[in-house]
Amino acid sequence: MNALPASLVVMGGSAGSLDALSVILPSLPDDFPLPVLIVVHLPPARESLLAEVLQRKCGLRVREAEDKDELCPGVVLVAPPDYHLLVEADARVSFCSDEPQLYSRPSIDVLFESAAEAFGPGVIGLLLSGANSDGARGLQAIVQRGGTALVQAPVDAHCPTMPRAALERCEQARAVPLSEIAQQLQELAHGR
Amino acid sequence: MPHRTEDLELRLLLEAIFHRYHYDFRGYSLASLKRRVRQALEKFDCQSISQLQDRVLHDAKILPALLGVLTVQVSELFRDPPYFKAIRERVVPHLRTYPSLRVWVAGCSAGEELYSLAILFREEGLEERTIFYATDINPEALRRAQEGVYSLDRLQLFSENHRQSGGRRSLSEYYTAAYGHARFDPSLRARTVFSDHSLVTDEVFAEMQLISCRNVLIYFDRELQNRAIGLFHDSLARRGFLGLGAKESLRFSDHAGAFEEFDRLEKIYLKRGDR
Ligand SMILES: C[S@@+](CC[C@H](N)C(=O)[O-])C[C@H]1O[C@@H](n2cnc3c(N)ncnc32)[C@H](O)[C@@H]1O
Repeated sequence: MNALPASLVVMGGSAGSLDALSVILPSLPDDFPLPVLIVVHLPPARESLLAEVLQRKCGLRVREAEDKDELCPGVVLVAPPDYHLLVEADARVSFCSDEPQLYSRPSIDVLFESAAEAFGPGVIGLLLSGANSDGARGLQAIVQRGGTALVQAPVDAHCPTMPRAALERCEQARAVPLSEIAQQLQELAHGR
Repeated sequence: MPHRTEDLELRLLLEAIFHRYHYDFRGYSLASLKRRVRQALEKFDCQSISQLQDRVLHDAKILPALLGVLTVQVSELFRDPPYFKAIRERVVPHLRTYPSLRVWVAGCSAGEELYSLAILFREEGLEERTIFYATDINPEALRRAQEGVYSLDRLQLFSENHRQSGGRRSLSEYYTAAYGHARFDPSLRARTVFSDHSLVTDEVFAEMQLISCRNVLIYFDRELQNRAIGLFHDSLARRGFLGLGAKESLRFSDHAGAFEEFDRLEKIYLKRGDR
């Protein structure tokens, strides 16, 4: 495929996804050309160490998102606990504290759907290990707007429920072995 | 391109609501507003945003329910206990030095934040010298704020929050429970003025020593945030306090320089004395 270069990567996961992120993010080069947004389901504690934990493992810049933060290439923004994280069409993020979706706030669906809405074909969605079905609807929205949907191969996932639910709901989603995800993201990022 | 049409319809809907009813959602963050407009389509059984526009233009009766969907009403008593702890331990000592106080809870929703502060002020002995202003654009929320009645199943969380905020008594001393509801002591709001006020279209109405505006600015784009913070700035007395939500800040505001960070983590700011 000679697709256009993508504009944004959104990732989501719950149980077991931290392990997956710890493999993927360190394998991306420090000059990875796309902004990355991540929702991981966490207990609604106020302060989360997720960004710090991930930052220690990789060369990309990782921090917790703040309201109206600009999307920057090579910068990973992680959703804070207890707020939904959304992407705006002016390439900034915003928050809302609407009701949890599928018991989750932040919700992966909310992030993915807003990304699809704002960036259409430029979006790469990646769904990782997890124990519920959040993200499946969001991946479908990404595909419907012409974006790319990747799913951690269920055999590789600690909790295959989330990847499976997505593959069932979204036919176009591609299951990728954990060890190949970073490479795939690189190729998609460069429009290969 | 069906969704481009939808974007156009959305803009027209917001114009319609503004010109017909003077509620101005045009500068709200679009991503979440779109979600809520979609919820409204379902609720009012409309096939398209244009159809919803038609309904709302010709049937003023649906406006309150529509406002209920377009504004987010999620709240708690003592939401984010460390914020209220910081108010209690760090802000109250300053407030004690004033003979009379004005406190503005902007975007008060159904009153959770107001009752939190009223209880805190009572516990700290500041209640008698204080007038509270509780404002919102949602009339139904304001009505509920004036009632101070919450479903009993929320009270366990509220009590725990109150305790963590440094509450000096049990929260149960402030309400009576009956028929699945907790009715907060009406004397808590005896010194409160409730009012319909929009941070987008209305002006300053009094001079405040403390403004608490939490989880409202996240729904605004940067320009609107700037307007609202300008309003707070103009409304605050010198050395007055401004408290924002856990994920809000003055980062993108033209007025940032007119405030000091008083409590960085809890997003409490102090208006400088020199401007
Ligand atoms: C999520 S609630 C926040 C409640 C409470 N302050 C808290 O933090 O728990 C947001 C409130 O802001 C109100 N609001 C929305 N737009 C507003 C505006 N332009 N002016 C004043 N209030 C507004 C909504 O009606 C809603 O009650």
